[in-house]
Amino acid sequence: MNKTIATLDEAVAGIPDGAVIMIGGFGGSGAPIELIHALIDRYRKDGSPHDLTVVNNNAGNGRIGIAAMIDIGMVRKMICSFPKSSDPRAFTEKYLAGEIELELVPQGTLAERIRAGGAGIPAFYTPTSFGTELAEGKPVEEFDGRMCVRENWLKADFALIKADTADHHGNLTYRYASRNFGPLMCMAAGHTIVQATRIVAPGGIDPEAVVTPGLFVDAVVEVAEPQQEEAMIRAGVAYV
Amino acid sequence: MSMKLTNAQIAWRAAQDIEDGAYVNLGIGFPEMVAKFQAPGRHVTYHTENGVLGFGDAPPEGEEDWDLINAGKKAITLKPGASFFHHADSFAMVRGGHLDVAILGALQVAQNGDLANWRVGSKGVPAVGGAMDLVHGAKRVAVITEHVTKDGKFKLVDECTFPLTGVNCITRVYTSLAVVDISDSRFVLREKLPGMSLEELQSFTGAPLHVEGDVGELEVPEV
Repeated sequence: MNKTIATLDEAVAGIPDGAVIMIGGFGGSGAPIELIHALIDRYRKDGSPHDLTVVNNNAGNGRIGIAAMIDIGMVRKMICSFPKSSDPRAFTEKYLAGEIELELVPQGTLAERIRAGGAGIPAFYTPTSFGTELAEGKPVEEFDGRMCVRENWLKADFALIKADTADHHGNLTYRYASRNFGPLMCMAAGHTIVQATRIVAPGGIDPEAVVTPGLFVDAVVEVAEPQQEEAMIRAGVAYV
Repeated sequence: MSMKLTNAQIAWRAAQDIEDGAYVNLGIGFPEMVAKFQAPGRHVTYHTENGVLGFGDAPPEGEEDWDLINAGKKAITLKPGASFFHHADSFAMVRGGHLDVAILGALQVAQNGDLANWRVGSKGVPAVGGAMDLVHGAKRVAVITEHVTKDGKFKLVDECTFPLTGVNCITRVYTSLAVVDISDSRFVLREKLPGMSLEELQSFTGAPLHVEGDVGELEVPEV
């Protein structure tokens, strides 16, 4: 078994119009910039994929990554907790013009909905958001004297994830705090595509150190010197 | 108002109530200042929602590693004994009630413990982050804030008028004038600035301040 894909272009070739895509990262930490930019390259060349629903904690920053996807019109809807950043103009302009839909989800609820999607749990109850505008229309129930809101699982067609080391089976490790949503999104997507700084043979990762077991991963592509979104933004890089 | 605590002094006062061994989440912005005034001799472990326990100060400029950030997306360093975990585990620490203290900022706090701190109105792009999770997560959820807004409006109110972050979630408020507990849907005054009368303090407060037993002097060093 070898889940390695030779190129970024091949890795993202199967993502269709209208797909729901989970994209890992919290701000720039864990953002799979090369996979996103490969998808943008495809859209520029073929006009596809578009009308995407993107799940991420944020809604892009600056002129690269998810912000660039939004800016050039690939994204129909964002599902996120915090669509603001140091340079949020791409999302802000589309949102205020009514050209992009927003499903705003509290951060912990977003993480748990993704986890539930991956774990096969259709819904759960949480006190988070009870009594607020984000709970409007959702079923509520009292548990041990505390009012809770029902939240449904969140699943995706694809996930794009940045890992540190991967092996041929798709076992993954992550670097520092870039882990964030990665392990959850790998579980919740029908087809999980990972870019890793290095790909090793099975046995090359200590089983004790595996964070995401390869069962949750479908494709790995090596990006030996990955760019870091925050560093790119500070350097003024644009990809629009 | 002739005298009031500075933001640093409010943060200092809140820090004195964080016990040795506590696991603490500090909200983005002003609450982060509380870490600077951790009481000597106490070991406190800071949690950040994006998935780190045991982080320390910012690194020197130029030495940032942007894969190592906090929830405010600022670069951090690690202390010995730090750990990384994914987002669902991070919010299990919050939702599961495993954090001892969360300290948050506020637009308004109501006498029943309701908090509004994420949005002023319905205009613009809404962004909530982890605020609605944190208010239900810690064993103790406190607020640090100016007692009134810059233009003199109440921040301690009978009922929040801004969109709510959570209901019945705040137990203590540290302000520039007082320390106020929320108990049985009432503001209970615990400490006030020496030299400020209860009547004057009440005039800056949008709901009744109740007195149960002694009211302490809110005395804070120059920090």
